[in-house]
Amino acid sequence: MDAKRRAGLGLALAAGLGLWTRSNGGTPPRRLTVAAYPKLDAIVKAALPAWKARHPGVEVEVISREMNDHHTAMITALSTGSHLPDLMALEVGYVGRFSQGRGLLDLRQSPLDGEKLRSRFVPYTWEQAHNHRGELVALPSDIGPGTLLYRHDILQKAGLTEADLTRSWASFLQAGQQIRARTGAYLLAHARDMKDILIRTGVQPGEGLYFSRDNRVLVRSPRFVRAFEMARAVRRAGLDARVYNWSSDWTEGFRRGTIATQMIGAWLAGFLGSWLAPQTRGLWRAAQLPEGAYAAYGGSFYALPAKADPANRILAWDLMQHLTLNRKLLLDAFQAHDIFPALVDTFDDPFFDEPLPFLGGQPARRVWRDAARKITAVAVHRQDGFADEVINTELDKVLLRDKDIGAALADAERLLKLRANR
Amino acid sequence: MKRVLITPASAPYWLLSPFLILFAVFGLFPLLFSLVLAFSRWEPTSGLGAMEWVGIGNFVFALQDEWFWKSLFNTLWLGVASALPQHLVAIPLACALNGMLQRSRNLLVGVYFMPYITSTVAIAILFSSLFSTDYGLINAAIGALRELPLLSAILPASAIDWLNDPDRLKPAIATVVFWRFVGFNAVLYLAALQTIPRDLYEAATMDGASRWQQFRYITLPGLRAMMLFGITLSIIGSLQLFEEPFILTNGRGGNDQAGMTSAVYLYRLAFDFNDFGAASAMSWLLFALLAMATVATHRAFGEGRKL
Repeated sequence: MDAKRRAGLGLALAAGLGLWTRSNGGTPPRRLTVAAYPKLDAIVKAALPAWKARHPGVEVEVISREMNDHHTAMITALSTGSHLPDLMALEVGYVGRFSQGRGLLDLRQSPLDGEKLRSRFVPYTWEQAHNHRGELVALPSDIGPGTLLYRHDILQKAGLTEADLTRSWASFLQAGQQIRARTGAYLLAHARDMKDILIRTGVQPGEGLYFSRDNRVLVRSPRFVRAFEMARAVRRAGLDARVYNWSSDWTEGFRRGTIATQMIGAWLAGFLGSWLAPQTRGLWRAAQLPEGAYAAYGGSFYALPAKADPANRILAWDLMQHLTLNRKLLLDAFQAHDIFPALVDTFDDPFFDEPLPFLGGQPARRVWRDAARKITAVAVHRQDGFADEVINTELDKVLLRDKDIGAALADAERLLKLRANR
Repeated sequence: MKRVLITPASAPYWLLSPFLILFAVFGLFPLLFSLVLAFSRWEPTSGLGAMEWVGIGNFVFALQDEWFWKSLFNTLWLGVASALPQHLVAIPLACALNGMLQRSRNLLVGVYFMPYITSTVAIAILFSSLFSTDYGLINAAIGALRELPLLSAILPASAIDWLNDPDRLKPAIATVVFWRFVGFNAVLYLAALQTIPRDLYEAATMDGASRWQQFRYITLPGLRAMMLFGITLSIIGSLQLFEEPFILTNGRGGNDQAGMTSAVYLYRLAFDFNDFGAASAMSWLLFALLAMATVATHRAFGEGRKL
């Protein structure tokens, strides 16, 4: 943080504390509550010693719950206005839902002036932190730039190179057929993975994945037609193992080397190395997605509840900035938990150039960093979760029951139109 | 002061007050709140003040929602497929238990009752593992049976994807529900059987009645009250079926929502899709259906009717 920013922050903090002490008889707040979910809770705890050194006497309680429980608890707290934390973590999938209402503080307002931090974060995640009214409702903490993880040994055995996989989607499928024929491994875990990446490719400005900003349903657009066609091509060619992400068959497929590639966020490499398939160390590599596609998978944010104790607001804002703007803290989290930082300031660290033993010594963080810079923002909609399921259901009907793609997308559109304005 | 407050006349109310307070807070208030929500549009993250009256809009939406009807169909399918066999198996099972020696009967009753008192989460996790496509015991058993000459033609040639194939998911869930409640129903019927006077059977035997005639004209009428109770419980349980499908489908209802019961859908609509108004409206529609089904059952078992 440069001297100017530090001075600005100090002034804002002093002003906030001054306002608070005038209205509360001179006793400053001594306790902050932070609600988070696993991994972020550990990062918050790791960040506290340095932060508390600047704020002696302030106690910070970290309330940790499992991901779903955390978000359910936060909805309950926001809806009732009771037991609100001063600072809450939000997973990217929930940001759209949480930001539709008025429960999160608009960080653009004075004295926070959060909008001035724009240049410090990866552009696409900064856009995700805004709601449809243009309010800045959160600060990004980490992101999940999407890349292609592939088994180098299987590729070699099949007589292929990385370029064969990534040149185009057609070459990706051709390579898959060669892999299947020569090694017996499947190209993908599930044809749904192909659909997931292709519906994220070619999103126009102002559009979300499934809805436009004015609530138009977009599922009959060419990107959905292509995504469904390609997924069907994968299934018809027998290139997917038909196993869903996070199932036991999925992890077993990685362990046994029956799944050759996976399109997913950068974090999967860490998960594979630490607990999913540590025995495959050295056999994986990371590459950009085929045909120059870029997509985001996951990410975390911090937000301030609008109805939380106003007396703690400036302190909570200060802690929030500490958690999202502290280069060392974010790099440590990256190192310890494979959580890719959203802070652009970290991108020039030599840590990005280090070889990763799990990926055969490849300096794969550079690949992820390049992807992070190129991913475009996708507007979020409160019905995205529902739309995701409708589309998966229709894709299953195409894959399992040979339903016509046009009819499947029309059915999806009809269901989503009923929901778009709810 | 104490005497004024706690008089013989007021004592029952004092003694009842813990229940009444708990019921008001955890029973009555959510019920009334859900009724208000059913007629409101609400963005929960904006707080209670954001509720907006929409009249019967949520009910109209619910009746137009394909997924609501789909979940209702799943619920009825699972109800019939799991509850009907429960009773058809539990009655003869109870009769068999009733004829056994006390000691072995008690042991078997304990065994049959075990699934009912075991945690649903543990059961669902166990069955998730049993139903695994590639590594599950059920597919392994089918594979082993396929080796037998006669069964090879009947049994499927490849492993069954029990929890992902929409056509297989419902039977898988129904199996778990059946397994869990059949013992409970057998215990209910056993209790009812023990209230039927032995004299009736002795007199029937002396009159030359066959075993089937004894079952038809003594046992079944003797069980009628318990059948009404058991079937009413099954109808209520079936329409509220949540835990087994929720856990077996990782809380999502399965592919093509094949395992999404109405209760699972209501939960998802509220907590996954943030539509508390529609979820409340659907829950009241479900309540109306439940009330009608219960009344119909009582009428079917009404006084003066014969089985």
